[in-house]
Amino acid sequence: MKKDQLKIANKRFNSRLIVGTGKYKNMSECARAIKLSGAEIVTVAVRRVNIVDKNKPLLMDYLDPKKITYLPNTAGCFNSKDALRTLSLAREIGGWKLVKLEVLGDKKTLYPDMIETLKSTKTLTREGFKVMAYCTDDPLMAKKLEDAGACAIMPLAAPIGSGLGIQNKINIKIIRSQTKLPVIIDAGLGQASDATISMELGCDGVLVNTAIAKAKDPFQMALAFKNSVIAGRQSYLSGRIEKSLFGKPTSPTKGII
Amino acid sequence: MKKIKKIKIKINGKLSTIQDNTTLYSYLKKLKVPLKKVAIELNQEIVNKNYLKKIKLKKKDKIEIVHFIGGG
Repeated sequence: MKKDQLKIANKRFNSRLIVGTGKYKNMSECARAIKLSGAEIVTVAVRRVNIVDKNKPLLMDYLDPKKITYLPNTAGCFNSKDALRTLSLAREIGGWKLVKLEVLGDKKTLYPDMIETLKSTKTLTREGFKVMAYCTDDPLMAKKLEDAGACAIMPLAAPIGSGLGIQNKINIKIIRSQTKLPVIIDAGLGQASDATISMELGCDGVLVNTAIAKAKDPFQMALAFKNSVIAGRQSYLSGRIEKSLFGKPTSPTKGII
Repeated sequence: MKKIKKIKIKINGKLSTIQDNTTLYSYLKKLKVPLKKVAIELNQEIVNKNYLKKIKLKKKDKIEIVHFIGGG
């Protein structure tokens, strides 16, 4: 049987779960949860080094970038200029070209500014980056991102950190059906079943951070998400039965005594 | 005795007073910056780490040193 792998920008991954590294109590909790999740890609942010406190632990000491794919993000950027600056610095640290573009437009909803996201996708692609674009669940914008050179479409399920789960299944299905690019649900998932639903809709993967990091037991939740993504993918590939308004007996109706 | 000239620069948004003619390399070494795990910007331009020893800091220079932290 052919191995079912996630393919992004010609790189292959066995796990379809991408995990964020933010909001954990500490670095060791983060590293353990990620190990349990089985994720092969983790998102990371680019920030100033603490010059004063030199003993502050470094993420790279806990998560070896040689063993796990770092996906630098542009969190905190509100325009294409800042996004390019941030990702150019990220590339300088370790040569990463695969990046997560996230250009926010509103501090309250944390909704992406799609006009700036589109501009940034064009600019970053021109600069040689492989752009995984965080976006709204708008099929038209998703198409435009694809045309602009994105290597993956990452529509939100709901606002970042909200835990509301997928709010617009129809749009996600339309986005999935119209593109050859991988579609990764990014942001807004709250529990493992949300990931299963995403995968059953035909998505190629999910990105989860808060739902794991802020769960009462992040380790158990990391495992739950691992299993739910696998279950959802298997369910999707298996081909579900037709829905019926009325009941259909499971036991034969012939030969009833 | 010749008086050592001091200059003011900014590093990660904070003012710092250093000796004139200090190289970027010696300054970062003094701060114990783990060079392999960071990226450096000097006046908004990314610095190639191979040339750190050749860059002499000037007054009002702005240095940004960044690394990866947890994020979603």
